[in-house]
Amino acid sequence: MTARRLFPVALVASLGVALVFLTLPLLAIFLESSPADLLASLDDPGAFDALGLSLKTTGVALAVIVVLGTPAAWLLATRRFRGHALAVTLVELPLVVPPAVAGIGLLAAVGPQGLLGPALEEAGLELVFQTAGVVVALIFVASPFYVRQAQATFAALDPELLAASRTLGASEARTFARVVVPNALPGLVAGGALAWGRALGEFGATLVFAGSLSGVTQTAPLAIYERFSSDFTAALALSAVLVAASGAILLGVKLAMGPGALGGAGARG
Amino acid sequence: MRRLAATTAALAALVAGCGGDDERLGDRPRLTVSAATSLTTAFESYGPRFAPATVRFNFAGSDELAAQIRQGVRPDVYAAANTKLPGQLFEEGLVEEPVRFAGNRLVIAVPADSPRIAGVADLARGGVQLVIGAEGVPVGDYAREVVGRLPPARARAVLANVRSEEPDVGGVVGKLTQGAADAGFLYVTDVKAAEGQVRAIELPGGLQPRVQYGAAVVKGAKQAPAARKFVEGLLEGVGRDAMRDAGFEPPPGA
Repeated sequence: MTARRLFPVALVASLGVALVFLTLPLLAIFLESSPADLLASLDDPGAFDALGLSLKTTGVALAVIVVLGTPAAWLLATRRFRGHALAVTLVELPLVVPPAVAGIGLLAAVGPQGLLGPALEEAGLELVFQTAGVVVALIFVASPFYVRQAQATFAALDPELLAASRTLGASEARTFARVVVPNALPGLVAGGALAWGRALGEFGATLVFAGSLSGVTQTAPLAIYERFSSDFTAALALSAVLVAASGAILLGVKLAMGPGALGGAGARG
Repeated sequence: MRRLAATTAALAALVAGCGGDDERLGDRPRLTVSAATSLTTAFESYGPRFAPATVRFNFAGSDELAAQIRQGVRPDVYAAANTKLPGQLFEEGLVEEPVRFAGNRLVIAVPADSPRIAGVADLARGGVQLVIGAEGVPVGDYAREVVGRLPPARARAVLANVRSEEPDVGGVVGKLTQGAADAGFLYVTDVKAAEGQVRAIELPGGLQPRVQYGAAVVKGAKQAPAARKFVEGLLEGVGRDAMRDAGFEPPPGA
């Protein structure tokens, strides 16, 4: 009897604890930095460079992820083949790999002394210490977020919708472009937002693989880390900008795609 | 219901265990030492031999650790790769009076098998990939001091070759051992600790900065007596021996 009454109380209590725990650090960033500090931090050209670089690199990374990830996710969602489970697991692996390990792995794979290092050098492709290297690191850590979400969204599409399109004589490519993608759009956008958010926050893999140089490889999280030791106020202010930007994207996606965009698709996934 | 309570209790115990409230293991106090990354080898050899306490280390860039202390983190001992940061914390009333406990030498470090760099002059050549510590990290500040002593045109050329500014010596070592960079500025002790993966090129005497390490007991340290013994041990005894074995020089005047 008491257990029956306690259960809902426990549910509410856990949600309360979770909400306080998850929002307090983000709230503290704003409470600890005054609006004046915020504006002053935007006067810092290094901070501006870092934010600009973050937008640029995450934008390119997201474009690559969507272009490559969407067909890959469609294949994983619609075909059963030998090694399907293995392929799904491999795609998810970067999710559980520590970012610094991802950076070391990238160095070992495409660094100057890595597996593909000599081939890349021959092709004149430089990644380490280059903005392109940042993009590569972002793609590596963020793409699983998109592919997983896209795969789940595709798998949840009504099969009759696809069958109807095929019955009407549309090829798979045409069905994919005209029926699948429009119907899956909320889920795909949600996956893109998750991947974008992960890319925007990327730190370890970027530092280890691409390095940190203002204007070239120093994205906003790296700039925040550097300012933490020299100027805590500036670090807080830049953090506030990043939190606000990420929050705005999340909110924008929810508003644009309807309330179900992130929550609903996630639940289906 | 009883199970719920048991689970809650178990979780609470787990969280408390992670909180590090348990400062004493048996009779041995547990000492927390925040130390510059370049001290890793020396301190990891000193720690287990330090009789009065069990020592836990927190290695990072000296400036990072100082920033943590300013934000209210309270290790028992702070050991930095310069005397400026402990001096500042002392003036701010955050640590007790610091002591100089070691000297070190800055060197040009290159990948062991790389013939590209033979001296300072080569660092100014076009296309050389140079990695240094970020501004504010002692190893980065010393590097800038060295470059600042070069003729202005050469100094500009060297700085133009900087490809990455790393948060501590570990980042510089990593970029060199991976062959990502052609050269970096490190302490001679870092080169020794890298066990043959990087090679040191000595700086001409006129360019060598005065590299001195400072340590202090943090005010409000939970284990102040053991912390003082730890710092004293760096000046004489097992700590000093560990420092010497790792390649550090005695502090000036010792």
